Amino acid sequence: MPDKNIIEVNNLVKKFGNLVAVDKISFSVKAGEMFAFLGPNGAGKTTTIKMLTTLLSPTSGEIKVNGFDPTKEKHETRNSFGIVFQDPSLDNELTAYENLDFHGNLYHVEAKLRKERIDYLLRFVGLWDRKDDYVKNFSGGMKRRLEIARGLIHHPKILFLDEPTLGLDPQTRNYMWDYIKRLNKSEKMTVFFTTHYMQEAEQYADRIAIIDHGKIVKQGNLRELKAATKTKSLEAAFLKLTGKEIREEQGNVKDRMRITQRAWGRG
Amino acid sequence: MGAVHVMWLRQIKRYWRSRARMIGMLGQPVLFLLALGFGLGPIFQAAGQGDFISFLSPGIVAMTVLFSAMFSGIEVIWDKQFGFLKETLVAPVSREKIMLGRTLGGATVAMAQGIIVLLITVLIGFRPTWALIIPALLFMFAIAFLFTSFGIAIASKLEDMQAFPLIMNFIIMPIFFLSGALFPLDNIPSILEIITRFNPLTYGVDGLRGALTGVSHLGFALDAGVIVALCAIVFMLGSYLFSKVEI
Repeated sequence: MPDKNIIEVNNLVKKFGNLVAVDKISFSVKAGEMFAFLGPNGAGKTTTIKMLTTLLSPTSGEIKVNGFDPTKEKHETRNSFGIVFQDPSLDNELTAYENLDFHGNLYHVEAKLRKERIDYLLRFVGLWDRKDDYVKNFSGGMKRRLEIARGLIHHPKILFLDEPTLGLDPQTRNYMWDYIKRLNKSEKMTVFFTTHYMQEAEQYADRIAIIDHGKIVKQGNLRELKAATKTKSLEAAFLKLTGKEIREEQGNVKDRMRITQRAWGRG
Repeated sequence: MGAVHVMWLRQIKRYWRSRARMIGMLGQPVLFLLALGFGLGPIFQAAGQGDFISFLSPGIVAMTVLFSAMFSGIEVIWDKQFGFLKETLVAPVSREKIMLGRTLGGATVAMAQGIIVLLITVLIGFRPTWALIIPALLFMFAIAFLFTSFGIAIASKLEDMQAFPLIMNFIIMPIFFLSGALFPLDNIPSILEIITRFNPLTYGVDGLRGALTGVSHLGFALDAGVIVALCAIVFMLGSYLFSKVEI
């Protein structure tokens, strides 16, 4: 099934009150490809990922993930993917090993395989010596590495990576991407990722979509994007498409608005 | 069973590792027990109501279970803030199972705290009828289960800890004070009687006191019936609200 779409999004909209975070976007991701979803801060990347992964329900529009509708077939959808979140999601009161073991259990990875993969991945991200330390004593980079290791314990059909390499040194970044690329090839795992490092998208993405102000401004492969913008690099194409102004951290404002609304029961 | 078990185990590990909190949460019940038990004891006795420590101890055990269970439930808000909740919410496990694991974990922790306080009351001079210790433990567990579910239900609707004082002062405290944990329910003003009858903890405390001292105001069957029915209803409500959580 080489050209089958594993993710399909049609006219997807998400509003928080009056704020339109995602504005009628449509795109598709083919099974087995590595798909980069790029955009400035607050463009709507994380909101889109949350809708794809059943954490948020859309205001309108259609989504199919591995053939399932995340709003109705939540369980089947959740069975289809793994995710590394943008912000921290570890239990600080558990050890590194326990965090991974907990995850493996939740994802029904059978005991022997679970132990094998956890042992391997802890060595892979250089945390084997610290496996029995509490996560609360870890630095930001160590936590990030642990979260990536956790995301790779089970081998899902689709792997979502939301700015996975933020705060990692180049060595770890390269190392990690090579591993993901290998999984992508050997397990036919579809990878959907966001990043601010343009060279990561240039090097690893089969196709790229650029989102800004909640709208997809361009999508295609690297060659197509460069040709359409008459630029020589993805970075130049990106800047040409999204402008040079620096964005407010809209995400925070939005989150805060949602929090206030929810706290008062109007969310 | 896997998911329920790991969720439960996580709660137990967190409890066991935070001894400071474990001990901290014992301070309040012990203070109540000493100040009220010995302070009001003579008046209680003079009024012909018998030994106040015997009367008060089951109430204080119930209080410990109530507070501990509500805190465990409300901890869901911390998980939301620290991000761990996302990890459980996207897992291919039904939210009912996650809810059940959390509730059982919180209830076990609350039970443990309740048992510690029960042992302290014995040290202070409380003499329970050990024959009915099994029903007493079951009542404690029912109280623990009910209020952990209730805590999770509340936490599912809240985004951060800002509302915590509100929950403390307008939910937990009234449930405790208006339950018959501190005073006998006979001959109280009718408005207070009506309020206590609508308070779930009233039945839990009465049942627990019945089992531990043999003196029950409302009757064992009613106590057990109400508390078990409420456990089921509140657990279902909590599951529903928890299943609707968006991040």
